[in-house]
Amino acid sequence: MGEFKVHRVRFFDYMPTAIRAMAFNAHTERLALARMDGSVEIFNFTDHYFQEKVIPGKDSRSIESLCWVGGRLFSAGLNGEIAEYDLENLRPKYSLEAYGGPIWTIISNTQGTQLAIGCEDGTVKLFEVLEEHIQFERNLDRQKGRIISLSWHPSGTHIAAGMMDMIRVFDVPTGHAVQRLLVDRGFGGSKSRETVVWSVAFLSDHTVVSGDSAGKVQVWDGHTGTLVKTHLVTKWDVLALSVSKDESSVVAGTSEGTVIQFQFIAPTLHQQQDKEWVRTRTFKNHTHDVRALAEIETAIVSGGMDTHLVVRPLLEKFDENIEMAGFDPVLLLFFPQRNLVSCAKKAGLLLFQFPGQLELWRLGDSDEHGKPGDRLPLKRKPEKLLLLKRKGEDHICCSALSSCGGWLAYSTVSSVLYTLHTSSASPRTPPRCLLPPANHQSSLLLLPSLSASMCTPSSPSQVSGSSNMSPQLGCSSLENHRFLLQPIHLMTTSGDGKWLAAANSDCEIHVYNLQKLKLHCIVPVYGSCPSAMGIHPTTNNMTVVHADQQLFEYSIVEKQYTDWSRKLQKQGLHNVWLDRDTPVTHVTFNSKNPNQVVLHDMHMFCIIDQSLPLPDQKTQFYNQMTLRSLSEQERPSHLHAFKICKTFQDLLCVSLLDDQSLVVVERPLLAITSQLPAPVRQKKFAT
Amino acid sequence: MAALYEGFTLCGLVQTQNASDSPIQGIELDGDSDHAVVTDSTRSVTLYKVSDQKPLGSWTVKQGQLLTCPAVFNFQTKEYVVVSDNKVIRVWKDEDLNLDKAFKATVTADVWRVHSAPGGEPVVLFQRGAVRFLDSLLSAPQQPVEDVLSEEEVIRWSTNIVAEEQHFVLFTTEQKGECCLYVQRLNPNTLQKYRLEREDSGASPLSFSASLQDKHLNLLYLYPNGCVYQSVVAARGYVGLEGVQALPRSLRLMVPVGEGELGAASAVALDEAHVAVVGVPHPSARTGKDFLCIWNTNFQTLQAGKEMAGRIHGQVWCYLGKLFVSHGKALSVIPYECQKSSLASALGKLRHTGLAVSKSSVAVPSWNTLLHGDQPQGPTKIVETRKSKLSRKSQSAQALTVEQVLELIKTGPVDEVQREVEALVSRGDAQDLQLSVGQLACHLVARSQAETAFYTPVALAQLVQTQFLCHSVCPGLLLLSLEHKDYFLCQLCLQLFPDIPEVVTCACLKTFISVPDGDVEMVSLEPDSVSFMEGLVGARGGQQNGFSPPLFEEDSCDTNHQPKPPQDKKNHTLQLEACPVGLHKAVLLNEVLQTPYSDNFLLPHLKDLDTQQVILFLQYLQFVYLKYSQDVYTQTPGLRSPTMTQIIDWVCLLLDAHFTVLVMAPDAKGLLSNLQSFVKSQVKLFSELGKIESSLQELHKMKLSKDISQYSIEVIELF
Repeated sequence: MGEFKVHRVRFFDYMPTAIRAMAFNAHTERLALARMDGSVEIFNFTDHYFQEKVIPGKDSRSIESLCWVGGRLFSAGLNGEIAEYDLENLRPKYSLEAYGGPIWTIISNTQGTQLAIGCEDGTVKLFEVLEEHIQFERNLDRQKGRIISLSWHPSGTHIAAGMMDMIRVFDVPTGHAVQRLLVDRGFGGSKSRETVVWSVAFLSDHTVVSGDSAGKVQVWDGHTGTLVKTHLVTKWDVLALSVSKDESSVVAGTSEGTVIQFQFIAPTLHQQQDKEWVRTRTFKNHTHDVRALAEIETAIVSGGMDTHLVVRPLLEKFDENIEMAGFDPVLLLFFPQRNLVSCAKKAGLLLFQFPGQLELWRLGDSDEHGKPGDRLPLKRKPEKLLLLKRKGEDHICCSALSSCGGWLAYSTVSSVLYTLHTSSASPRTPPRCLLPPANHQSSLLLLPSLSASMCTPSSPSQVSGSSNMSPQLGCSSLENHRFLLQPIHLMTTSGDGKWLAAANSDCEIHVYNLQKLKLHCIVPVYGSCPSAMGIHPTTNNMTVVHADQQLFEYSIVEKQYTDWSRKLQKQGLHNVWLDRDTPVTHVTFNSKNPNQVVLHDMHMFCIIDQSLPLPDQKTQFYNQMTLRSLSEQERPSHLHAFKICKTFQDLLCVSLLDDQSLVVVERPLLAITSQLPAPVRQKKFAT
Repeated sequence: MAALYEGFTLCGLVQTQNASDSPIQGIELDGDSDHAVVTDSTRSVTLYKVSDQKPLGSWTVKQGQLLTCPAVFNFQTKEYVVVSDNKVIRVWKDEDLNLDKAFKATVTADVWRVHSAPGGEPVVLFQRGAVRFLDSLLSAPQQPVEDVLSEEEVIRWSTNIVAEEQHFVLFTTEQKGECCLYVQRLNPNTLQKYRLEREDSGASPLSFSASLQDKHLNLLYLYPNGCVYQSVVAARGYVGLEGVQALPRSLRLMVPVGEGELGAASAVALDEAHVAVVGVPHPSARTGKDFLCIWNTNFQTLQAGKEMAGRIHGQVWCYLGKLFVSHGKALSVIPYECQKSSLASALGKLRHTGLAVSKSSVAVPSWNTLLHGDQPQGPTKIVETRKSKLSRKSQSAQALTVEQVLELIKTGPVDEVQREVEALVSRGDAQDLQLSVGQLACHLVARSQAETAFYTPVALAQLVQTQFLCHSVCPGLLLLSLEHKDYFLCQLCLQLFPDIPEVVTCACLKTFISVPDGDVEMVSLEPDSVSFMEGLVGARGGQQNGFSPPLFEEDSCDTNHQPKPPQDKKNHTLQLEACPVGLHKAVLLNEVLQTPYSDNFLLPHLKDLDTQQVILFLQYLQFVYLKYSQDVYTQTPGLRSPTMTQIIDWVCLLLDAHFTVLVMAPDAKGLLSNLQSFVKSQVKLFSELGKIESSLQELHKMKLSKDISQYSIEVIELF
């Protein structure tokens, strides 16, 4: 295939923020995840853990706890507010002051009729869940000391509350505290320090399980208020607890980064009736505090200070017939599955999106030529052209750069801002303009290559485009004739600016004709969410990659799948391709060779050469090493269409510039780890 | 080893019209070893005196006539023989001026070559393979000559070899790509034909060379692909065999040929192990196939190489230590030397590594020429060009030559000898000195040994300092200096000689130990080593800001060791404080410590030391060891000093040699127990090191990981 110059970029200091809270909706199989910066992410666990929606954060918002009520998502935080999220428009719907000081926790009853929050001032407040709103109902008996954690008994009659040095059990109808469970303090020097009950779980047999700052997981009898069993699991804090749906297992997350599982089983084989809570397994997938935990049907999901989400499948829950060989049981989700980097292919510019700012860089240059494996001496170093700080509290949710590098746009939840930036004149003070207020919010931006027009999906039903980027903005919006329920999460335009494709989280892809401002066609719906798509600049064929790694090519002009796509589907993708665990996040094309499609996920990038034969299951899929060792004559017989390079890791962006050089933006996980605060000190062997 | 020396041009060559033809037909020897008879490709024969590069005589045939065979010298009749126009044999003497007036005889068939060799009669080889003695042919020139070879067979090369009683004519022929070797024995006449194995490429050999070794005829031939084969024919083999035999061959050498094949190249055997090849590329040089190389066929190593300017005609002759190579527009004579090669000479002797670097200019002198004094044939003589000779002559007008100084040494007074030697050493250039220094030293030592009153310490020291001397060149020198208590010279010798025998080392050691301190302190020694020793003695551990590092013994974890008798302790600290020997004595002992040795040979001689000497030496070694280990001593790079390992080795050797005696001796008891704690601390240290070794190894591995910067442009290849 040939040699490529690769710009290996490692200066994008992207830093994900720590995971603070998690809530799993067993009904829809969606996991909601809150980060320290106030952003909320929704993962679809039925669709390969695809990151479906992201609600950008805000400076003033802090989320301490998340809670699903049916399909509605609520959060509460230390700013003392309860918020409900609009999952269609991806922004907070409303927020409500609870008047109880900082809120530590929010829960709902199993019926989904009431919410309870634990406040700093020692009150537990109940809210009634209404159709469009929530309504304050009453306070339970006010206690001395803050309410750190809450757990509702499945019957709805009692609430257990974790506080300082104690656990209270409330009777919900009367609002009185019926039990007072005193929690021991830690040993030694920590004796003088109050024990914080970070987490409680109220089981249906009135067993209360608590995790506290003294490192204990304790099992109490909720009827009598007596301590049944104490498990000292760590020297540090037990921060999170989660109970499985059948209440046979509890997992606890600690400051050491371990997740410890307890199971309700009989300790001996003979006495099957006398069950007790036994510590069974320890998982160590984190280096820092585990702040959020969810035990779902088949897996334990955990997250914490070290910013990545870990899905640890419980293997005994799988069928025996699953092939275990080579199966990596732990899934680690590091990066957001959306684009933080935009690349101007013509100009060789990169736009990095941070929550608070944008950075525009010009790539370096080198005159030299070298052998494969060489590092070329730089003639020009990369240069930071622009640092653009956002205004207001809202974090940047998306950004885009036109391929000529002359146009730049970003959007927050409340506004869209363009920057017209002429690189020659005065890049430091770019003229700016705002989109008309009608387009008040957008989650996705796109600057098509040639025309100076911009597309923003402003609401689920609307895609608005504005062209003629003069101070007088001409705007036009595309109305959908069909009502779309879900927000658009992916958009792409063709090279000539004629076609626009938009995909939403209901897996629908609509293709619009931008010249006529009309819907052109709807791509047949596939069962998995599209994770990346791109329209070929010359053939106008659209390549779509889905979260389950399936790959389609759709001809927009002919409104049908192309022959190559049919051939691929007929033969099936290689198992090695399908077994990858991170979704493809970019599709780009080689403008010089229409047969080549460039894709990448976090661990590899792939150039698909459609002129070569497809690999069948017996073919060696990762064959670059083999090909290198073969002679020139033998090579052609071993070639196949998927050319995969794993030299670069932790990829955020791979793009092919117009001068045929590749841009690879890496964010090494080691660099992220090194910026994290120091973990709690642990004695390790031989240190 | 083999070496090519500086060559010189014997004569210029006239370029022939046909560039591929060599301008020289052949070079033959005359009765004089310094003469060469050069026959050019057209009409003339020239006799040269090789060392003077000057023609002694020249003979030319008339215009229109052509010499078709190189002129040879008939060693029996002292006449020259040449063939013109294939059929006319001409014979003439040195004093004949005109070739046309010389004796002529016309024979019936075309002559290929006339061959002649010392001790044998000249033979005439006809183009059709018949062989006649020259005498018998000239007596009846018109005798019929039979055809030995078939119609299309042509002779490519021929030679004759004369052994004690036997006379061979060897020639190779070629017919349709097939090569044959004919061995014609004379008196009685037998002819044997051998077929050479065909090379895979079908090419025929570029050159042949034959020699007689161990009563076997060795035929060496070079193919264009660089293979040099050897075939052996028994000289006294039984001759009854009829017909053609296959000639087995063995590959002696693969000469790297670079790109393409060899064109004009030639190989000639120099001795059993060396082959000179001309017209080949040098493996480490750039392109170009214009090198003369000497290869060792035993080890397949390149021994010497020399670039020859101009086009090489693929001709090389080898006579009496000289190679004659025609190249470009000149015929060069290159003296060479092949020494018997052995692994030992390749590896060299054990030497102090630190010194070897600084003295890289030391060339290995040839012992034979130096000691036995037969220098006229020495290769270095030939190296001298006329110019250098002239310059030397002009110099010798003011100062004495080496020979004159040598004469002077035999009889002259001390002062004069000293002065002249000094003068000679200070002015001589390196090449000359190397030869003369050894002779001077030998003569000086011989005179001193004969006359006890005669001793020239300054001159000897100067000779040693030239660094051209070693113990084997002048074996008496070191012992002589010991005898005369010239410790400075001793030190110099110990420092500079790489090859002191263990017995002499031991003798030095014994003398140094037993010499009273007072005697030595007066002697001036080499300042560097003295200052090192001063530093060592002066540096008392624990004087820096009152900090005193724990002593080694106290560091010991052995609790049994703790309750020491107080007297012992005091004794021990005393030993630490003071150096057991005087400063200059210590300097001399250090030199002994640094002398290369092999312990098997040293051990028996060490036993000659008496107990007191051993104890004193051990005490000194212990002192140095403690100093080293206490002071976190760092070796100054320039300073010559014994290493820790050398000290430990010597302690071990001494203990090995005298263990039983030491165990019995009461004065050695404290010393031995101290030494035991050395060992203990060493073992402890090494076990600690062993513990952290794996960790350190991990660190090493980590360093390997590539440091990737924030931005780089790399090149990858996808297939």
